[in-house]
Order: sequence, then C-alpha cells, then structure tokens
Amino acid sequence: MCLAIPVRVEQLLENDQALVDLSGVKTTISLALVDNVEVGDFVILHVGYALNKLDPVEAEETLKLFAEDNQR
Amino acid sequence: MKYVNEFRDGKKAEQLAKLIATEAKPEREYRLMEFCGGHTHTIFRYGIDDLLPSNIKMLHGPGCPVCVLPMKRIDAAIELALSPNNILCSYGDMLRIPGRARMSLQKAKSKGADVRMIYSPAEVITIAENEPDKKIIFFAVGFETTTPPTAVVLDQAIKSGLKNLFVFCNHVLTPPAITGILEPAKQKNITLLDGLIGPGHVSVVTGTLPYEKLANTYQTPITITGFEPLDILQSIYMLIKQINAGTCRVENQYTRAVNIQGNTKAQALMSKYFELRDSFEWRGLGEMPYSAIKIKSKYAHLDAEKHFTLVERTGTDNKACECPAVLTGQKSPTACKLFNNPCTPENPLGSCMVSSEGACAAYYTYRRNIKIKNVDSTNNQLRSANKHAS
Repeated sequence: MCLAIPVRVEQLLENDQALVDLSGVKTTISLALVDNVEVGDFVILHVGYALNKLDPVEAEETLKLFAEDNQR
Repeated sequence: MKYVNEFRDGKKAEQLAKLIATEAKPEREYRLMEFCGGHTHTIFRYGIDDLLPSNIKMLHGPGCPVCVLPMKRIDAAIELALSPNNILCSYGDMLRIPGRARMSLQKAKSKGADVRMIYSPAEVITIAENEPDKKIIFFAVGFETTTPPTAVVLDQAIKSGLKNLFVFCNHVLTPPAITGILEPAKQKNITLLDGLIGPGHVSVVTGTLPYEKLANTYQTPITITGFEPLDILQSIYMLIKQINAGTCRVENQYTRAVNIQGNTKAQALMSKYFELRDSFEWRGLGEMPYSAIKIKSKYAHLDAEKHFTLVERTGTDNKACECPAVLTGQKSPTACKLFNNPCTPENPLGSCMVSSEGACAAYYTYRRNIKIKNVDSTNNQLRSANKHAS
C-alpha cells in the first residue's frame, strides 16, 4: 500500500500536474504536495501524487556507503 | 530504472550479507521486525532472510493497511456499495478482503453494485464530476503515506464545490501501532524485539522525529529504511551494530527520500482536514487509543460516516485464521492451519493473504513449496511414529 517509486519529471503542466517518465511510460501525476519541482528532478510517486523530491546527493552518499562498508 | 537498479546489485548484497554475518555475535539471537508490509515483500521477493545468519530472526509487523482493517469497516463499505444510488471507489487490494458471510466488494460488484477500482484518488474527483446524480464514496485507507492524497481530494472537492463526493476515512497512524506491538511486551517485562526496521514512505511524510520517543521509551533502536534489497541489508547491518553497542537511536538509512521534518506541506494539509479519533479498532492489535484519524467536523458534509447511516455489524473472522498473531509477529503464516489450503491469494480467508504486502501472501508467493516440503516431512515423521506405535 505504501508502494512508491522514483520517477523523473519530464514536463511541468497546469494545475500542479507534471508529465513523468515511468520506465519509458509517460504518465501525468499531481505535484499538489510538493513545492519547487523542476524538470529533471526525481520525485517519489505514490498513488498518483509526488510525495517528495528525491535527493540525488544523498542517494550517491548511500551508494558510497555500500562501497565503504564492503571495503572493511 | 535510476535510483532503483543501483540498490538491487546482487554482488553488493552478498558483500553486505557477509558484513552482517561478521558483525552478528554467534552466541546471541537478534530479533528484528520490519514494520512495513512493503519491506516484508522485498525480504521475501529477494530472499534476504536466506542471506542472513540463522541467529538473526525477521519478524513481520502490522504495516499493511489492508491487513489491519477490521471486518466491520469492510462490511460498512460493502453496505455503502450495495446502495443503488452510490458509487464506491477504492484501491485494488480493498476489493478482495473478505467481509461478513464471505462477502467482499468484488462480490458486491458481481451482484450489481457500482464498485470502481482506482489507482489514484485523483480519479475520484473525475468520477464525481462525470456522475452528478450519483453519490461517490471514496473508501480511503492507508497509513501516513496515503493520507495526504486523500487530503488533496477533500481540498479539491471543496474548491470545485462538489456536493456528491464523500470520503469514508479509515486512515491509521504508524507510531500508535508500534506502541501497540511494544507496550504489551514492556508491561510483561519481555524483549519482543531487539531492533525495528522503520517505515520508509510513511517517514517521507512524517519525517524521522516521531520515532525518537518510541526508541527511547521502548529502548529499541529504529532504522528508517528504503525498500530496495540493499537498503534493507544496510539497515540490518546498522541495527546489529547498534544492538551490539547497546544504543537505542533512530537512524536514517533512507536519506535520499526522508529527512527529519518530513513533508511539511503534506502535514499542513492533513492537519487542516483531519483530527485524531479517540480510539480505532485494528485487526490483530484490537482497540487502540488515538491510533487513527477522522475528518474534522467542520467538513462533516464530506464525511461518509456522517452523511450515511452506517449500522455497525460485528462480523467474525474465521476462527482458525491466525492473522492477528501474524500481524503482531507472534506466529509465522505457515503456522496457520488455513495457509495454502484453503486460504490462498485467489480465495483469501484472512486479510494477510489479500495484499501482496501481507505476510501470508508473501509466504504464499515465494515460500509455499518450502512449507509443503515441511508438512510432508512432518507428516512422514508422524506416519512413521504411528507405525512404530502400532
């Protein structure tokens, strides 16, 4: 039920909507719950609504941590 | 898929599993609970528990909204759906949950009720606009993740002056459910869990702050965790390290999506439209104070519970159904007599078999053959014991 996935914002539309790319499929979602979204941002999509912007720097940090953990 | 595939790397998973095995002390047991049904699903789908040493036990928590909704709420939704002038809309999983007398929303639909499966609550607005002569009821369920979209629906209904849209609110809260699991154990002075894999997408909305008090009160480390296999393995590693060090902090593994404050815009919208219920019944956990929300009385004209007269019926679950024990981590799905025969995802008798996030459905999808093997070997042992006895 809490299933949510990262999607890339392709185009900003009227009425707090955006066109996103979902593994090659283009679909319209609502941005009513998130401010300052720009084209190219990744958002966490849940039941048709963006819940938050994904932080690319933090994502990199987590991936780096995997690498560091593995060197121990 | 970016931000997904990188977190599913098999080699890295193996290496993380090795690290966990090195960190875990062989002389003790580690009991970890994943709260979310989404985590349960990932653990089974990717066989994460098979990668762990045998002294790390994964318990499955109540974080599956479909699973914890008591039968009387399903019955109320069925009753609303059966009324000829109504259209009842809900998420796919809700349609198959068994209600009283083996009825479900899906069966109500086959009897002619207008039940619509929706993917997004935004569809409810369109349906209400297209069907002005009907009463549209949104059967809203879910934790804090799913509540903000429902708040948007209420907001839009008011802004567009829709008079035929009602929300049947069944939204529940995560922290009281964690309390519901940990408090009885604390009262009895037993340690049910050594660590908790905390909700990821709930925390996107709530932030990590609400868990601080829980970690402190119940002296249990909590790691807010993402939903990919590497996220879960890293979270287990973080928890084992905390348990070994004897600390009980809230840590955030899912930093790419979760921060301390959460989504404040979503929180503001939720506080605008919802308030705490004094009490709400959960399947498995019983009545719990302040564990769910309802629509504020100011917006009563949008509240299905206020607009329609709902007769509360007390349907009883199948007596052999172990969903309550499964939801509180006390029993494994395979310990239920109904598991696999006759309870299956196609013909669910209990709610945990309905949603793919339910522990029973996860065992059925990924482990039922193992169960059959176990049963066979137990049966063989029984048969041979009987033979010797005779």
